[in-house]
Amino acid sequence: MPEVTQEKVLVVKNLTKQFGEGCEKCRKNPEVLIRNYCPHCQTIYATREVSFDLYRGEILGIVGESGSGKSTLVRTLYFDQEASAGEAFLNDYGEGRADILKVSSQQKRYLRDYLLGMVYQNPFLGLKMKFSALSNVAEKLIAAGGRHVGTMTQRAHDLLDVVTIEDYRRKDAPENFSGGMQQRVQIAKALSNNPPVLFLDEVTTGLDLSVQANVLDLIKEIQRDLGISMVIVSHDLGVIRMLADRTLVMLDGRVIETGLTDQILEDPQHPYTQKLVQSLL
Amino acid sequence: MKNAYNFAFFDEGSKKEIRRATLKAVAIPGYQVPFASREMPIARGWGTGGLQVTLSLINQGDVIKVIDQGTDESVNAVSIKNLIQKTTGVDSTIDTGKATVVQSRHRIPEEPLREEQIIVLQVPMPEPLRFVESSEYKTKRLHGDGEYSGAWLVLFEKIMKFGKMTGGAAHPVYVHDRYVMSPSPIPKYDNPRLDHSEGIQLFGAGREKKIYAIPPYTKVVSLAFDDYPFEVENQEGRVCHLCGATDVFFDELEDELTHEVYYQCNDSSYCLKRLNQGGGDNA
Repeated sequence: MPEVTQEKVLVVKNLTKQFGEGCEKCRKNPEVLIRNYCPHCQTIYATREVSFDLYRGEILGIVGESGSGKSTLVRTLYFDQEASAGEAFLNDYGEGRADILKVSSQQKRYLRDYLLGMVYQNPFLGLKMKFSALSNVAEKLIAAGGRHVGTMTQRAHDLLDVVTIEDYRRKDAPENFSGGMQQRVQIAKALSNNPPVLFLDEVTTGLDLSVQANVLDLIKEIQRDLGISMVIVSHDLGVIRMLADRTLVMLDGRVIETGLTDQILEDPQHPYTQKLVQSLL
Repeated sequence: MKNAYNFAFFDEGSKKEIRRATLKAVAIPGYQVPFASREMPIARGWGTGGLQVTLSLINQGDVIKVIDQGTDESVNAVSIKNLIQKTTGVDSTIDTGKATVVQSRHRIPEEPLREEQIIVLQVPMPEPLRFVESSEYKTKRLHGDGEYSGAWLVLFEKIMKFGKMTGGAAHPVYVHDRYVMSPSPIPKYDNPRLDHSEGIQLFGAGREKKIYAIPPYTKVVSLAFDDYPFEVENQEGRVCHLCGATDVFFDELEDELTHEVYYQCNDSSYCLKRLNQGGGDNA
């Protein structure tokens, strides 16, 4: 098992994403907000000054109820949405000193194609549903400059082996796959370039339990065998308990508690986390 | 010549606007320049893009040639030619070598263009990424970022499905190592002619309101993979039953009585020229 090292692969500082300009009242005095919403200027603060470090080989869990800003957080880090403020640094890019949120859109594409991977809750966001599973995995290789069909096909086959998509289904389009299969193709695609950092956004939500178990096993295996660092977003504490080494708890766009997963589950400090842990079946 | 219309159908302001878009297109090879596509006396999708480009740049003293699927005599080619002639009074020709402006649908003539010649191609679908991305807002950004994996992906998918890069027309090309461009639905056979052409190549899409261009002597490379190189349609073993040409793009015909398949030059004026020069076996 690869060790979780002290090397930080991703450093996020004060990441904020707001929808709306903000006004005098909510900027100066966050207490006027109703949860994350300003009644004076209708601004929604999806994430507020979120900071965390991700270490090499680590799985970091992010839990919180729906609307707490978990997905927005990973989507801004994957550049699906533009951050309003804050900084983020990747150890493998610009010697860890370039703020990846401020680079050009060409550089953001480079980061997405070479250094990051993303698995969305909704496979429609991550896959081209009408293209074959092989092509979907190859798309990321093509984007990263792959121009040899033979090697790209081989890589796609290897990854589809890992996620156990049967050989005879690989030329079929994911639109004809079950939800679990689509999710596994997405994981294969996200892994195609061996990204140092992988984001997983509610990957098991909506899958039946046996398929969930398969996908979770797969994620654990990938971490063990490839040493990829992951940020895994889920509202399901069971998933977090099984996978995550450390966990952030989010509420109304803010991180309210952070620590080792065991610690948070056994000894929650914040009232919201206590409620969350208590309601765990 | 007495005519109720302004020279070349359009008012001078309209022609100027189209010429300005065309100049920009020439300055940025392969980039699709938006323009205010005008109402024409023919329907959109029938060559209005090409026609507007032609009308905007035509001058007294020009000689026009119009082809459709390789022939000067098809209805659409004749109608377009009539419209241009009636509103400008310029001469027309079927001889590629004598034309100064060639408007074409689906073919680049067999005879290579010279420096002083302009070819105008009518384009139905200018966007090479449209098949993978339906939003214009997004494709514009993809072009800006030089992110063309969508165009490659379409070719890759064809190889996965059929074992080779199928698709006979509009095979995308890299222009001047920057923009990926759809060369209008010309057969793949004509793609190599786009590269370092001596004449100016202009592309007009009336319905999609875009003009783009390949200036003379510009590098144009058809998209292909390292282990699946670009290949044109195989014309091997085919001979024109009229003029005996072998290295041209052919129409495949079938004798209705004997069901025998035979071939004929797709470029009818090229075929005629060869016959007049005595090149034909059956002449």
